[in-house]
Amino acid sequence: MPKAATLAQKILARAAGLAHVTPGEIVTVTVDLAMAHDSSGPRRWGARLEALGAGLWDPSRVVIVSDHYVPAVDAESAAILKITRDFARDFGVEHFYDMRGICHVILPEHGHLRPGLFVAGGDSHTTNAGAFGCYAAGFGATDMTAIAATGETWTTVPETIRVEVSGALGAAVSAKDIMLALCRELGMGNHFKAIEYGGGAVRAMDMEARMVLANMAAELGGEVGLVEPDETTLAHIRAHGGEADEADIARWRSDSDAPYERVFALDASELAPQVAAPHSPANSADVTAHQGVAIDQAYIGACVGAKLSDLHMAASVLKGQKVAKGVRLLVAPASAKVTEAAAKDGTLAILSEAGAIMLPSGCGACAGLGAGLLAEGEVCLSSTNRNFKGRMGHKDAQVWLGSPFTVAAGAVAGKIIDPRTVLAERRRAA
Amino acid sequence: MTGQLNTGRAFVYGDGIDTDVLAPGHAMKLGPEGLARHCLEAIDPDFAVNVRPGDLVFAGADFGIGSSREQAAVSLKKLGVAAVFARSFARIFYRNAINIGLPAFVFAHEGAVSTGDTIALDLIGGQVSNITTGKDYPFAPMPEHLRNMIEAGGLMQSLKARFGAREATS
Repeated sequence: MPKAATLAQKILARAAGLAHVTPGEIVTVTVDLAMAHDSSGPRRWGARLEALGAGLWDPSRVVIVSDHYVPAVDAESAAILKITRDFARDFGVEHFYDMRGICHVILPEHGHLRPGLFVAGGDSHTTNAGAFGCYAAGFGATDMTAIAATGETWTTVPETIRVEVSGALGAAVSAKDIMLALCRELGMGNHFKAIEYGGGAVRAMDMEARMVLANMAAELGGEVGLVEPDETTLAHIRAHGGEADEADIARWRSDSDAPYERVFALDASELAPQVAAPHSPANSADVTAHQGVAIDQAYIGACVGAKLSDLHMAASVLKGQKVAKGVRLLVAPASAKVTEAAAKDGTLAILSEAGAIMLPSGCGACAGLGAGLLAEGEVCLSSTNRNFKGRMGHKDAQVWLGSPFTVAAGAVAGKIIDPRTVLAERRRAA
Repeated sequence: MTGQLNTGRAFVYGDGIDTDVLAPGHAMKLGPEGLARHCLEAIDPDFAVNVRPGDLVFAGADFGIGSSREQAAVSLKKLGVAAVFARSFARIFYRNAINIGLPAFVFAHEGAVSTGDTIALDLIGGQVSNITTGKDYPFAPMPEHLRNMIEAGGLMQSLKARFGAREATS
């Protein structure tokens, strides 16, 4: 009998060419897919590769996405985007997405992910791809340069924390609320760990919701966030032009007696909408604990909070409503495809009729770049994943995190409010 | 890491020093020197002005949490910080620090060091000597493969050796 293993161990063993790997062991792995963006990619790789006299180990396995400095707002950002464009051309990178959306959303949107892959990305939220059963971890620029040149890296085999989510999410409660609660319950110090999500509530989620879980494994401090693939995964991959095999479901899952470091249970049906107070995602509480905090800006954006389902959540609250006087609601859809779909299905009309200001697809204000930054003392309620001090503009701005339901409700009320009350009032009025 | 003994002043911070505090987004378009001048400004506006080559940073849990931006480690290195000690490190920051040649050590002695203390450091033996208080504290030195990388001057230098060797044999 082979030794029992978690999904993280199985992928690392395959990538390392070993039968079995043990937590704590340092292994050299081959990388299946390397992802870079305009901020940490070519602009940092170029000079380093030149100094090494090296090219890309395999341009067909490299995906480059310009999403941070898009569209250019000054000569510096224009130069960064040009460097990225020129690099993709000069190094023969065919999978180059120039201002088409945020890298973590682009990868599954264009069929680049498949269960069991080892994905290395030059961005901390690379964990997002773990929703598809990939071992997907973020790396800094020098690590990524080494990967780009050699197709290899080293990692310590992580312990796995299994998060078991039972029950069904209530009205106006979403995967984002699960993650904000987990940041509080598990803390943000699970460094070098794999976070694996399962249970009935996870199985019931669509891929966009699962991506929220995997994405915010980064906030838990995790190396990767993983969801075992199932029919939902394979259907999504195939619908987006990717390759997947039925056998992936049986192969890429943890054994029933897998050696988890810890199993943490959460009942989704007990969960209320969450908000995280400045300046940490771990400062989270039920929204009812903070009702009445006045806001200047509501922001719906980022890889974690502006996919089509996120815009649908916002629209369900905003339909027929108006953004409160003195509050600005900014919406930056996560990709051009999201914008296209939201235009077709009427979502964009609902948002703009409510008074939303539409922004370009990109990391934008979430990364402290682009449009939507905050002045000293301003308060923002945001569907993004991080609210560290100074991240979204002035260091003395206050950023609160919530789900798209909660952010949209706040935009209408002009203050933090329980989105369940707003939805219930709408139903009564209808 | 060849000079075993380094003496510098301590700068002490708390838990959760994140990458936005170390390398603020608004200054990311500046070059490395320009960005380094904003390092830690949100919690200590004087740090980048006062820090001198050879000084040391001590902090609590989760040092370097947040984004993958290598500039968080590069900024400390540019300012001359000789090593970072923290109760725990975020994974990407830790890798970045080693990769760019900034030694980083887990150090769990609460209250052992205060800002302004003079510290003598034995990186190989794993000892922090607080000259100001006269007390010594042990810490675990780095695993060998990481120490080799720092001694080589970081990951880029290791890669240069690898690609240089490939050219020489081809």
